[in-house]
Amino acid sequence: MISSKYFLKGFSAIKGVGSPAIALGASFIAIGALLKNLGFTIQQSIFSTFLTYALPGSLVMAESMLIGASLINIFLAVWLVNARLYPMTVALMPLLMHRDQPRWKYYLSCHFIAVSSWLIMKDNYENIEKENRIDFWIGIGVATWSVAIFSTIIGYVASDFFNKDILIGLAIINPIYFICMMVGAMKTFQISLSVILGATLGPIFYFLSAEWCILFGGFTAGTIAFLIGEKNGK
Amino acid sequence: MASNILIVIFVTSLATYLSRFLGVVSSEKIKETSKMFRWFNCLAYSTLAALIARIVIFPLGSLAEVDLSVRIFVVSLCIIIFFLTKKNLVYPTIFSAIILSLITSFV
Repeated sequence: MISSKYFLKGFSAIKGVGSPAIALGASFIAIGALLKNLGFTIQQSIFSTFLTYALPGSLVMAESMLIGASLINIFLAVWLVNARLYPMTVALMPLLMHRDQPRWKYYLSCHFIAVSSWLIMKDNYENIEKENRIDFWIGIGVATWSVAIFSTIIGYVASDFFNKDILIGLAIINPIYFICMMVGAMKTFQISLSVILGATLGPIFYFLSAEWCILFGGFTAGTIAFLIGEKNGK
Repeated sequence: MASNILIVIFVTSLATYLSRFLGVVSSEKIKETSKMFRWFNCLAYSTLAALIARIVIFPLGSLAEVDLSVRIFVVSLCIIIFFLTKKNLVYPTIFSAIILSLITSFV
């Protein structure tokens, strides 16, 4: 089934100097508090993080509910903001695919794909033999997912103690973590160019469409970076 | 309302899982050495960068109450800390929350 050695190796990625636990924790604590204010029960809040486990999607869900959007609109808005998970999955799974591993592992563990787990896996996969990467990945996934669920509970329970300043402090942690991870990931010319162009074009495209800027900006930036990188031999 | 919330949670998770699922389906046919894979790799990093830049520059929620110049200042400071601490991720993240809370409560 799942090799416990590699599972635990992946699971331990939440310890140490590169730990995503603080960043993940901070953002899901904020989500827990937000869901409570929206009128969710604690079970529903846990269920939400358990099933979705993608921060921007949960935020969009919360906003849509506040304005009373229809189910179709919620579906479309969430799909749009989480569509980045598609290129992320395609950029990760081929690295983990091995003919000796059962397919269900891939279809089940893709649920763990989120920014922090993805960045950690991309940073570490080369140290693991291909055959064992999926078990290592499931370890990372379960660890980060557990932190998210646990933090949702803390945020829900502690929400009455949060004032505006604390919520602002919690809100900056996640972007800072992502930015540092991304800067650390800029190891090849092609990737560095993708990151820099994406960070520039994303906000520029915002003036054309707030909803589509991430996908349009990301697609344009990534394609330009790919073409320039290929021409220059990566 | 209770059943409503459950339906909304299901719809949200379905819309999220869809992209992950289709990603695995596509991955079955894409080799990690192919051009296609490199292209998607670029798309993944650029889309993430676009998302993060959007969160910092045009935030939703509580971050929107902080001035853009303050946000940029905190981000720049934290990147410097990240490099000074030999790419430690814990220091810049904790520092960012403390400094931003201090700035917003005293300024």
